[in-house]
Amino acid sequence: MQSLIITGGRVIDPANDLDIKTDVVLDGSKVRHVGKTTAAQRDSAYLYDASGHIVCPGLIDPHVHFREPGQEEKETIATGSAAAVAGGFTSVCCMPNTEPALDDDGRIEFIYTQAQRVDLANVFPVGAITKQRAGEELAEIGLMAAAGAVAFSDDGQAVASAGVCVKALAYIAMTGKVLMQHCEDPELGGGVMNAGAIATRLGLSGWPRVAEEIIIQRDILLNLRQNIGARYHVQHVSSGGSVELLRRARFDLFGQAHITAEASPHHLLLTEKSCIDYDTNFKMNPPLRTKRDIEDLRTGIQDGTITVLATDHAPHTQEEKELEFAAAPYGIIGLETALPLYVQALIETDTVDWPSMLAMMTMNPAKLCGLENKGNLTTKSDADVTIIDPQQEWVIDTNAFASKSRNCPFHNRKVIGQVIATIVGGKVKFNRDPERLSQTDTPIPPQTAAQLTPTIS
Amino acid sequence: MSKTPEPYCWPHKHLLGLQDLSAEDIRFVLQTAVGFLEVSTRSVKKVPALRGKVVANLFMEDSTRTRSSFTLAASRLSADVIDLSGKGSSISKGETLRDTGRNIEAMGIDAIVCRHPLSGAAVQLSRAVNCSVVNAGDGQHEHPTQGLLDIFTIARQLGRTDFDLTDITVAIVGDITHSRVARSNLYGLLKLGATVVLVGPPTLLPRAFADLGCELSYSLDDVLDRVDVLNMLRIQFERLTSQAFPSVREYATSFGLTTKRLARAKPDVVVMHPGPINRGIELDSQVADGPNSVILSQVSHGLAVRMAVLYLVSGAKHQADLL
Repeated sequence: MQSLIITGGRVIDPANDLDIKTDVVLDGSKVRHVGKTTAAQRDSAYLYDASGHIVCPGLIDPHVHFREPGQEEKETIATGSAAAVAGGFTSVCCMPNTEPALDDDGRIEFIYTQAQRVDLANVFPVGAITKQRAGEELAEIGLMAAAGAVAFSDDGQAVASAGVCVKALAYIAMTGKVLMQHCEDPELGGGVMNAGAIATRLGLSGWPRVAEEIIIQRDILLNLRQNIGARYHVQHVSSGGSVELLRRARFDLFGQAHITAEASPHHLLLTEKSCIDYDTNFKMNPPLRTKRDIEDLRTGIQDGTITVLATDHAPHTQEEKELEFAAAPYGIIGLETALPLYVQALIETDTVDWPSMLAMMTMNPAKLCGLENKGNLTTKSDADVTIIDPQQEWVIDTNAFASKSRNCPFHNRKVIGQVIATIVGGKVKFNRDPERLSQTDTPIPPQTAAQLTPTIS
Repeated sequence: MSKTPEPYCWPHKHLLGLQDLSAEDIRFVLQTAVGFLEVSTRSVKKVPALRGKVVANLFMEDSTRTRSSFTLAASRLSADVIDLSGKGSSISKGETLRDTGRNIEAMGIDAIVCRHPLSGAAVQLSRAVNCSVVNAGDGQHEHPTQGLLDIFTIARQLGRTDFDLTDITVAIVGDITHSRVARSNLYGLLKLGATVVLVGPPTLLPRAFADLGCELSYSLDDVLDRVDVLNMLRIQFERLTSQAFPSVREYATSFGLTTKRLARAKPDVVVMHPGPINRGIELDSQVADGPNSVILSQVSHGLAVRMAVLYLVSGAKHQADLL
């Protein structure tokens, strides 16, 4: 088997505290070594010229919706995986709010089977906490964990009952997996945009911050006071108040990181003001908030309260997003824009540097989901690598997306930083710049949904 | 008809809300309506202003008076009117609002008058079509022609022929949070210089309204003696999804305009209601039918205001084009 050497890039591997210009050698599906290579080594290998680019462990998104089974008109595991690799993501965790919900081991296995057929990105299923995500009875958590569910969530809604949630925390703790909570009190939340003066003016129902905060605080108390000690993760934090609650809880735990939280790009770049034209591409759950919340979220990312950067990639069809604001579904897609948007939100604002940002997109989500051989470039880890041009300026064009959907509020936005190539299990699954890959004796196949995917084996 | 050096030009293709209009725009529509008021007193109640034009009424929510008022307004301007009524949002029909709008427009329509149960529907419709859109009430967002006719009535009743409402205090009482009428009134009144006090229980009067530039009060009795206008909103039982007050009896006792309360208000206070009235809840019958009530004038003014609106959005630029 010939190896693939990625030469001359700025290798950032946060798990190994590495930020250095060097080569990365991939042997088959594993990382062989990071460091200088000899001419002899290079002569017998495929080469990817990464000069001027950042080379990092493959990006990992712990929060996507691939809509399969049941809502294939929005996205499939095939198109979602194509969008993932086009956005630099080598691994994604897909949420269980499908039809039917991923609430038993058979459906968990189905996700793996479909992902293997597609063979683009690693797709890890997240199992439902409760049967049919109804919030009443626990789903078969143990069987799903055995079948490969990497986490548990009823995403789309919270486990509303405190009694059910305390059971779920305890039971999931037994499996060692993490409970990911969509924090929204169903009676206080449920509105279509942030509660406040703008919602009042627009006559739209409000979804106030407190609906998020009250669930976070409740779960923290359940977990601590009942001495459960489950791993608990807050999905898509939107409120500055939530950041403060999480900061205190993490402090109380003396830095034991079993309470974690994730951000999403739109909550760091857009505010509720975007809703004034009733454009449904700005309707999300949790909703866009205010400038103040954005500042608090950035502070939370800077001081280590929020340690994971996700996308909440949520595809919907055009006809659904053409409905009235109150009737249209929540959510936007994010896989193909996340990297440059995080650059804009975090690096261009001097919130964090590249190594810190990439840690939150590689090593931290890998830990969160228990992906042992991922999120780092340690020898013998999986050969998942993303190559990024940090200087490339470009304009987001939703028409060029590999995703099946187009519901993205960032169309025509100017951004900096672009994913150039995505390598999954040692194979180049996405390559924007074919000339940088040498010795390809296999012909490049016709353009598919995942553009340009030469196979190296 | 006054001649000014630079004649004012009506700049709007649509009427989606009073939030979008300037004070000058509002005064101009109302002045135009004054002219149309006279048409209703003629023996032949018709002018040829919109002859050959077609107005479509797209009412996706129950309405009797607003729809008949728009229909009559369009007929008096000699427009052809078609009526497209359905119920519920487009989602229940399995068709998007955009498709509905474009299909109507394809019949050669000049203006769509849209009533819809969801906020923002008229705004979204206006983006999908090339013809004019007049918002006849969208969810809890705006009901601009109701706002205009209320302001028209207040100004005429208080002798403000220039439509300047400086030093006038208007109380809007009742279910503010669900009311598009309250919002349109609020924006229009503030732009014309009035002071607005919103009155209701906290469950129907969120504090966020204070950010829109008005006063809030939870006591009708506290504001009674200092207001010039009492606009009593209808309790919209159909919009109350959760309990908003302990009982109808308690609401009526706290916020109903009784003869006893009216006696403590200014003697010439103007009593208004957008209709239909829940008699005995918002208004006692004696008050509704008494000398302070202008409820029926509101209805006849509505016709003139809607004629003015249809006339202006259909492309008339100047008041001088009229009649």
